Amino acid sequence: MSEANPGGAAHPAHVVPTRIYYVIFGILMLCTYLTVQIAFFDLGILNTVAALTIAVLKAALVVLFFMHVKYSTRLTWAVVIGSIFWLAILLALTLTDYTTRAWQTFG
Amino acid sequence: MLPDAVEHHHPALAHQFDSLEQQKEAATLGMWIFLVTEVLFFGGLFLTYTTYRHLYPDAFAAASHELIVWAGTINTAVLITSSLTMALAVHAAQTGNRRLLVLFLIVTMILGTVFLGIKAFEYYSEWEERHVPGLNYAFDPRYYRHAQIFFSLYFLMTGLHALHMIIGLGIMAVMLRWSIRGTITPEYFTPIEISGLYWHFVDIVWIFLFPLLYLIGRHAHV
Repeated sequence: MSEANPGGAAHPAHVVPTRIYYVIFGILMLCTYLTVQIAFFDLGILNTVAALTIAVLKAALVVLFFMHVKYSTRLTWAVVIGSIFWLAILLALTLTDYTTRAWQTFG
Repeated sequence: MLPDAVEHHHPALAHQFDSLEQQKEAATLGMWIFLVTEVLFFGGLFLTYTTYRHLYPDAFAAASHELIVWAGTINTAVLITSSLTMALAVHAAQTGNRRLLVLFLIVTMILGTVFLGIKAFEYYSEWEERHVPGLNYAFDPRYYRHAQIFFSLYFLMTGLHALHMIIGLGIMAVMLRWSIRGTITPEYFTPIEISGLYWHFVDIVWIFLFPLLYLIGRHAHV
C-alpha cells in the first residue's frame, strides 16, 4: 500500500510559507489603521475613494494569499473573476439608473 | 493497476473521483461557486446602501457618526487576526501538525466569539441610544426619516454578517472535532481548506462593511 497508492497519494498541495501569511497580516492591519486615520480628514469625495481603494486592496490580499487563489487552478481564477464581473454588472447597471433619475429631460 | 487502485484508495476518496487531488479541486470549485452567490447576495445589499447614500448623503453621514468607531476598528482587527489564524490552521493541516491545527482552530473560534461579543455590546448601546428602527427609534429631526434607512441597513447588513459568523463558528466546531479525531491528514485536509475559504469570505464582507458603515461621517459631524 505504501509504495503503490494510485488513488490516494495526490501531488503535494502548494504549501504557502507562513512568513507570507504574517506579512499579509501586517499589511492588512496597517491598511485598517490608515483607513481609520484618513476618515477623520475632510477630503471631500476622496474620503470615499480612499476608503474603497483600501478596502479593495485588503480584499484582494485576502483572496490571493489567505484564500490561495494566487496558487489555484485557472478554473478557480475564472470563477473569482466571474463573480467580480457579475457584481460589476449588478452595481453599474442599477446605479446608472438611480444616479440619473433626478436629471432634467430635454425640452 | 486499476483493481489495485480500487482496493487501496484513501478512505476519504469518494468513488466518483480519480484522485484526492481531483476531489480537492472539485470541492474547492464548488465552494467558490457558492461564494459567488454570496458575493451577489451581499452585493445587492451594498447596492441598496449605495443608492440611498447617494440620495441622502447628509443623513447617512449624521447616522454613521453615531456608531462606535473604536468598536468597529477593534472588530476589524479581531477578524483580520482570525483570518491569519485560519490560514495558519490550513498550513498546520497541510503539514500534518495536528497539535497546531487544533490550537489555531480554537484561537480562530475564540476570535470569532470575541467579534460577536463586541457586536452584541454595540447593538446594546444602539438600543440604549434609541437607534433601532421600528422598536425604539429617535433621531435628530432634520435627518429623522432618512437616518432610519441608514440604521435599517446597518442592522440588516451587520446582522446578516453576524449570522454568517455564527454559521462559521458551527463549521469550525465540526472541523475541530474532525481534527482532534484524526480525520484531517496532510493527504486529506480539504474540509479545513474550504471552511477557511468561507471564513475569509466573511472577513472580506466586514472589510467593506466597516468603512462604509462606520467611517463616512467622521470628519463632517465632529
